[in-house]
Amino acid sequence: MQGTPTDIATRHLAETSRWKPMEFVFWLVAFGAIWLLPSHHLILNEILITALFAMSLDLILGYAGIASLGHAAFFGFGAYFAGIFAIRVIGDPLTGLVLATLASGALGFITSFLVLRGVDLARLMVTLGVALVLGEIANKMTWLTGGADGLQGVMMGPVLGLFEFDLYGRTAYVYSLVVTFLLFLMARRIVVSPFGLSLRTIRDNPLRARAIGIPVNRRLIAVYTLAAAYAGAAGALLAQTTQFVSLDVIALHRSADVLLMLVIGGTGYLYGGFAGAIVFKVLQEVISNWTPQYWTFWIGLILVILVLIGRERMNHRAAVLWARLRGKPEPRPRTIVGGH
Amino acid sequence: MSAALETVGLQKRFGGIVATDDVTFRLEPGARHALIGPNGAGKTTFVNLLTGVLQPSAGTIRLHGEDISAMAPERRVKRGLVRTFQINQLFAGMTPLETLGVAVSERMGHGYEFWRPAGSKSAVIDEIVEIATRFKLVDVLEERTASLPYGKQRLLEIALAFACQPRVLLLDEPAAGVPEAERHDLLATVAALPRDVSVLLIEHDMDLVFSFAERISVLVNGALFTEGTVSEIANDPRVRAVYLGESLDG
Repeated sequence: MQGTPTDIATRHLAETSRWKPMEFVFWLVAFGAIWLLPSHHLILNEILITALFAMSLDLILGYAGIASLGHAAFFGFGAYFAGIFAIRVIGDPLTGLVLATLASGALGFITSFLVLRGVDLARLMVTLGVALVLGEIANKMTWLTGGADGLQGVMMGPVLGLFEFDLYGRTAYVYSLVVTFLLFLMARRIVVSPFGLSLRTIRDNPLRARAIGIPVNRRLIAVYTLAAAYAGAAGALLAQTTQFVSLDVIALHRSADVLLMLVIGGTGYLYGGFAGAIVFKVLQEVISNWTPQYWTFWIGLILVILVLIGRERMNHRAAVLWARLRGKPEPRPRTIVGGH
Repeated sequence: MSAALETVGLQKRFGGIVATDDVTFRLEPGARHALIGPNGAGKTTFVNLLTGVLQPSAGTIRLHGEDISAMAPERRVKRGLVRTFQINQLFAGMTPLETLGVAVSERMGHGYEFWRPAGSKSAVIDEIVEIATRFKLVDVLEERTASLPYGKQRLLEIALAFACQPRVLLLDEPAAGVPEAERHDLLATVAALPRDVSVLLIEHDMDLVFSFAERISVLVNGALFTEGTVSEIANDPRVRAVYLGESLDG
């Protein structure tokens, strides 16, 4: 199927924003799990929140090329905000969620100016530093956060005044799923917009992006703020659905884990966070049952293999294999030649 | 009539080194002007000053009469001062279609639209196709930029600048590294640029300079050495001594 260049251009651009069949399958399964996996809602809720958190990191890493080792700063801030808000103001989940999201976005906006300058290493250190500072503040402000004992006594009201949180995590999962789905829809729309495309130019080559008139710094501030808000929403969901917040939400390992999950799942297509979170949690469960102490050994090994072999090459091999199985012509390799 | 682009007493020092030394330069509207000079003459620094990548230590830069000396690079682009790069600066993971689409959308002021899919405006599509046709990129629109042959990448490099609708275009060695077979296409495309675009060509390749330019400025040790028509420069013994003598012997 060819056509005039105009048709081809229109079709190609429309293609990137069109939903693929696998996406429908994924969300059908996620929603189907409400009825099909009733005994696993607690772990599913945890996976979903982690996935949303990883997706927020994908917005800055996969789309704008900002590497962060302190993304848990926003996750933790959102969690503490939602927890403290429920204790001191009102236990309504949605109000708390919206305000925690906005507050995390505001924190993202303020700290975004720190990541504008410098490249990867500087950004890793600055984001790490911000998270460490916030973590220590949470540790010291015992009167507000409970410090090392964690934030006790979070009591959440029913969602929309109707659905009480239950012991089996059903309400928690449905609540997290709906929120994650809505945020995903929004992110999916944003990444295929002209704004989203301009972020990809910044990721690929900030020098040239600026040379074609893209205000690079402002775009980075915008997406960093957005990603912080998303991370804050994930943190708020965790605080509300588990009704507990500990220093763990803002710890370094949380920032590292989410980066690891995203790299395992793949950056720059929004589902990487979901894939990574699922793989991570399932492996954790499976390997922990088999050899409780050493499960990070296997995660580490997978990470090293993934990075060394390269995702593109693996995806290509998989595509070739898939094409052979279906008896179709082999896809052309996508070479990774430097353009920078 | 004010110059398309003009510098007055432009200077750039890096510590004790003077990379651009008091350059007063004028690019006329519609010009086909070449800037030549031996290696290390400061051509790249001069371009970086013009585009705003570097801040001048002294002097002024005016674009169509407006002082742009302190303006951010991206705002100079919006006012029509656009450059290409000697070494391709492209978006490896994107297709030429997306690449041109970004530049056109940005220029039309759609850069902050985040709630509408890219490519849903027919004005943008039409312009992408028009530019792709002009630069012979139609058949590779959907390929990943990183996997394009070098000649096509080179064309995209220039097409991308063109998509910003330049009024002043700075071409930094456009033919650098282009194989002989693809060179002709590239030169024809450069020669066919519309006349309302003023062009400053920074070039090493003297064939290209003599076939394209109407005026030539020679930069030596960061300072403007001389300026004149093509035949004046070609016959200037001093220029031959400092520049042509060194590079044209071979």
